[in-house]
Amino acid sequence: MLPTDRHLLAIEGMLPPQIAPLLDLAESYVLLNRTGTAPRERLRGRTLINLFFEDSTRTRTSFELAGKRLGADVITMSVATSSVNKGETLLDTAATLNAMQCDLLVVRHAASGAPALLARKVEAAVINAGDGTHEHPTQALLDALTIRRRRATLEGLTVAICGDVLHSRVARSNIHLLTAMGSRVRVVGPPTLIPAEIERLGVSVHHDMRTGLAGVDVVMMLRLQQERMARGLVPSAREYFRFYGLDATKLAWAAPGALVMHPGPMNRGVEISSDVADHPTQSVIREQVEMGVAVRMAVLDVLSRHGANG
Amino acid sequence: MSDFLLADVRLLDPAAGLDQPGDILVRDGRIADLGAGLGRPEGVAVIAGGGAVLCPGLVDMRAELGEPGGAWRETVASAALAAAAGGITTVAALPDSQPALDEPALVRLLRARGEETGSLTVLPFGALTRGCRGEEMAELGLLREAGAVAFTDGARAIGPARLMRLALSYAGMLGARIVQHPEDPSLAEGGAATEGELATRLGLPGIPTAAEAIMVARDIALARLTGGAVHFAHVSTASALTLVRRAKDEGLSVTCDTAPPYFDLNETAIGDWRTYAKLSPPLRAEADRQAVAAALADGTIDAIASDHQPRDADDKRLPFAQAAAGGAGLATLLAVTLAQVQSGGLTLLRAIEMLTVVPARLLGTSSGTLSRGTPADLCLFDPERAWKVSAGMLPGRAQNTPFDGRALEGRVLGTWKSGRRVFG
Repeated sequence: MLPTDRHLLAIEGMLPPQIAPLLDLAESYVLLNRTGTAPRERLRGRTLINLFFEDSTRTRTSFELAGKRLGADVITMSVATSSVNKGETLLDTAATLNAMQCDLLVVRHAASGAPALLARKVEAAVINAGDGTHEHPTQALLDALTIRRRRATLEGLTVAICGDVLHSRVARSNIHLLTAMGSRVRVVGPPTLIPAEIERLGVSVHHDMRTGLAGVDVVMMLRLQQERMARGLVPSAREYFRFYGLDATKLAWAAPGALVMHPGPMNRGVEISSDVADHPTQSVIREQVEMGVAVRMAVLDVLSRHGANG
Repeated sequence: MSDFLLADVRLLDPAAGLDQPGDILVRDGRIADLGAGLGRPEGVAVIAGGGAVLCPGLVDMRAELGEPGGAWRETVASAALAAAAGGITTVAALPDSQPALDEPALVRLLRARGEETGSLTVLPFGALTRGCRGEEMAELGLLREAGAVAFTDGARAIGPARLMRLALSYAGMLGARIVQHPEDPSLAEGGAATEGELATRLGLPGIPTAAEAIMVARDIALARLTGGAVHFAHVSTASALTLVRRAKDEGLSVTCDTAPPYFDLNETAIGDWRTYAKLSPPLRAEADRQAVAAALADGTIDAIASDHQPRDADDKRLPFAQAAAGGAGLATLLAVTLAQVQSGGLTLLRAIEMLTVVPARLLGTSSGTLSRGTPADLCLFDPERAWKVSAGMLPGRAQNTPFDGRALEGRVLGTWKSGRRVFG
């Protein structure tokens, strides 16, 4: 996100001079949140609309909280995909939002590229809160902040992103961000869940957790949706857990004290075991949620300064 | 009908191997004479050709015309305007309309709708299966009697091998080709782009290029088994072209065409979520584009079709995976093909051959030549005149060109249908 960028649509293309200051700003919001001293006048009089075409309690709540802590007027519109005629109303929605003089628009949509399409038509600054299997930029930023706070730097770290990379926008955004910041990234999963030519994004591909996790500093698990079993991409949940579920045995292959992350919501017993998910020192899953609010405050803050109405 | 002499043109008739300066004389709507030094027959109007190229009216072997059932996207009349502006005088209409061309009366209707335009001969494909649903065979014999030139399910692949086998056998008896959209349906289902780095970056569901080769390989085997004739539409990958080349060497009745996007564009055209470049099959990687261009020159590809697929703004202004596939192609068919001539990959005679006599033969029609005595379907074009493609400014109704903004050289100056000027 350049100082002149109106929107946050993707991490791809962002460079360290854009990423680092955003993380720094988010860092300052972590402290302000903990002391309850976030600047409530920052977005006073601004309207933030959360437009969710796909259900997501966590991300939606996080953006709501971020907007409210900065004093914005926050409205959430949950548009269940079933009631929308296949995105046909997306541009009608854009026209409606323009009429409402919305300043900041947070969009979650099941189709890759939907926020970019909206961004061309609305006057508000658009923040991609997850589009299809494309990107989830604020998730990658909050993951980076979480890691940075624990390890001081992202440079030189080795991060394994494990599981259903094929359908994961979280994986794509993290790959772009981490490689840009100088981390080494591995993706680990069965070949049926690894997208074609992913190595062209600057990652190495592993199908065996033992080699994939060997010596890594961070283990990022991805959610495996039940429908992947139905579509025959993996034979069964128990087979998946046997080979790719993160338990204490597999975690021991990583570097001592390696961080365990998950974007949530977790399928305990499918991609991660409870003892690992709740590990008192290595799991930073709950911290990710806290960082999420701070990162979103930073993004709203920056975009509101040079949005169309800023 | 007025007689005229089109003087001082470069006569190009691939059917006769003719490429020479001269004149062409049209009497009673037919080609009366052509060659050098025809003189100036008395009582005949003279049109100055100014050295432009005069070739047979183009024969486009694959287009969707919007009728019946899609008139807000295109009609035969609006498509005829686009065709005339593109030098096209004959077009084969796809049958996967609403309803599908699975009734003899509908085949006759489409032919008649073409005649009504006075500028465009419409040769309908018959639906291979009822409703183009890919289940049971339509009444191919009755459709053939009504004037269906070949059989296909249009943009839908003929999936089951058994159905394809029966179709090739039965249509073979009728002397008709089966035209296949070569894409394995189970591999292509839900796909929006060619599988690979770009689709991975954009998070779009991918279709592997193998989906095309698999269908081509299977259908070649079935052509061998049945002795039937199969034609692959809009072939777009190197591996499929290798298979076609081998089948031809073997002497099987296997032919294919491609469409301009597949030799002029590659998948990067969909970057930035450009839904106008969403096609079926999807645009491919650069190596495949080059293979298609090479196959035009070496004869593996028999014909170039517009693959005109009219879509309106509501079909296209959607998130990429939800947007309809298909591009408008009538008005740009000639000029994009000429870009291959300008780049040195293709002779002008070979390029025009793939746009005229070869598709005409594949469709079983005698048009596409400058033979004396045949109806004067003519196209006059300046191969060097530059223009720029602009969506919104194209002739006809459909504006969904994947070539928006493309600078081209080669502009149609005049189009004649049976001796009547219909464009220019």
